[in-house]
Amino acid sequence: MAALLARALDSDLAYAWRTSPVAIAATLTLLLLLTGSLGAGWVAPHNPFDLATINLIDALTPPVWMENGNPAYLLGTDSQGRDLYSSLLYGMRVSLLIGLASVALAMLIGIVLGLISGYAGGRLDAFVMRVADVQLSFPAILIALLIDGVVRAAVPTDLHENIAFPVLVGAIALAGWPQYARTVRGSTLVEKNREYVQAARVTGVSSTAILFQHVLPNVLGPVLVLATVHVATAIITEATLSFLGVGVPPTSPSLGTLIRIGNDFLFSGEWWITIFPGVALVLLVLSVNLLGDWLRDALNPRLN
Amino acid sequence: MVFFILRRLLQAVGVMLSVALIAFMLFQYVGDPVTIMLGQDATEQDRIELRAQLGLDQPAPVQFARFVGNAVQGDFGLSLRQGQSVSSLLATRLPATVELSVVAAALALLVGLPLGVYTALNRKGRLSQAILALSLLGVSLPTFLIGILLILVFAVMLGWLPSYGRGETVNLGGWTTGLLTIDGWKHLILPAVTLSLFQLTLILRLVRSEMLEVLRQDYIKFARARGLSRRAIHFGHALKNTLVPVITITGLQLGGIIAFAIVTETVFQWPGMGLLFIQAVQFADIPVMAAYLCLIALIFVVINLMVDMLYFVVDPRLRIARKGAH
Repeated sequence: MAALLARALDSDLAYAWRTSPVAIAATLTLLLLLTGSLGAGWVAPHNPFDLATINLIDALTPPVWMENGNPAYLLGTDSQGRDLYSSLLYGMRVSLLIGLASVALAMLIGIVLGLISGYAGGRLDAFVMRVADVQLSFPAILIALLIDGVVRAAVPTDLHENIAFPVLVGAIALAGWPQYARTVRGSTLVEKNREYVQAARVTGVSSTAILFQHVLPNVLGPVLVLATVHVATAIITEATLSFLGVGVPPTSPSLGTLIRIGNDFLFSGEWWITIFPGVALVLLVLSVNLLGDWLRDALNPRLN
Repeated sequence: MVFFILRRLLQAVGVMLSVALIAFMLFQYVGDPVTIMLGQDATEQDRIELRAQLGLDQPAPVQFARFVGNAVQGDFGLSLRQGQSVSSLLATRLPATVELSVVAAALALLVGLPLGVYTALNRKGRLSQAILALSLLGVSLPTFLIGILLILVFAVMLGWLPSYGRGETVNLGGWTTGLLTIDGWKHLILPAVTLSLFQLTLILRLVRSEMLEVLRQDYIKFARARGLSRRAIHFGHALKNTLVPVITITGLQLGGIIAFAIVTETVFQWPGMGLLFIQAVQFADIPVMAAYLCLIALIFVVINLMVDMLYFVVDPRLRIARKGAH
């Protein structure tokens, strides 16, 4: 284990990381945001969902450094008197979880379809790639909106509240799989003619085992880079859908929901309710994007 | 070339038919129009009669054919929420979205292209670095957040520009335009900037990287060796050869602008089709959703076709290759 760690620290990638200030800054920011949001239960000073601790008298308190600020509420409160800093941490957790889950699902669908269609070829391949082409020519947000809208129309409202999360994850994932499928298919086409695959086939290994045990590890590299950047896109898509009012239910607000709620108070001067969740969203997306860009360059042998 | 275009046309028709099929299935399987029209307490006899009258008792392919027939004529039935015909609803909203998208697209191109060329030619310059850093921020800022920030600064704090609606419009034979009044332009500035920003940064980064790639090519070195002016090299040779990928992406992005108009229209309460669509999604108004879907698909398909044909105009190699093949 220790030897493995030492080897990892000695690798080219680790060296590239140590020598890139942008990568270090992005990683640190991301780690900070991750601990804050995933550990919101311990880190947040208040529980925004605990009605007993919320006091309406504290509603619309400005941030600490402004006039009338209250030290108990670092970034101020919203119209219900909820601590904005705490809601922001909880909201970021929702955004992150949906972003990660939808990327994982999109990867799963894309990798499986890409492997199969690259390996099998023929009609199936043509069909899958045709669907991917058509879908790629439409923006992901439109497809996610449509899927969400159809489900909304198909199930009764009271039920929709319960399945809003999986529906949202599914919608974003279904809007994102073609990129993975294309990348994996491309690499599979190359890999399937390699000698190790032929050797495995000759020794009677089943197609499934060849695909998932032998080909998969060799096509995973570019997919992981794609996934990093896709996490940022998925978080933006989720935030946009929630901002449009078709995302997560208001009972478990994400950053997008918080921004939408705050938007109503923009004109009355309570800018902090919408701006702070916005800043949190940008920090999150920017650090993921920078890290993804760096990873892509670091793994690209042509640039080294 | 004719074959190529014919094949693309066939593909376009295929895409439209599959989108129509999705829209048809929306009608078919989501919600029962008979229940919606008659209410819960109609007798079974009434239902059967209405079903026959609407043709809902016929086999699905027949119904689909009729759906396509109606859709081609622009007939998508009545909006469930507003009771008006969907096509007239969309028609009143179309000018707002088109004007917003066209102005945003023009802005993205007119600013993004020169900035991309500039940052490629002055790669190490301070200003280039600053522009690039800003462009990364532009990619990371969600459209709706840009809109909110612009409203906060220019409408709330400075009070220079209005933040919602189209302002004063002029009716030109059924097409309401805000481009003929000063008030209309004032209302257009913030939404158009918001909508264009993401596309602008994409075009900028794309033009820059393509231009850098082309500038490394041998024929640029030869052009330099021949003693051509910098201007002739940069604009006559380099820029021209970056245009093919730029046209592809820009064309596809134009479609993206119309889709992202949904978000911008919501932020600025711009009375376009996007706002209509988002309300339709919230209220599960299937006819409006289906019609919007078909219309957007049509716009996308037409744009893609136009992009394909533009290749022939821009890239003479394609024309020669095709001629040689026959």
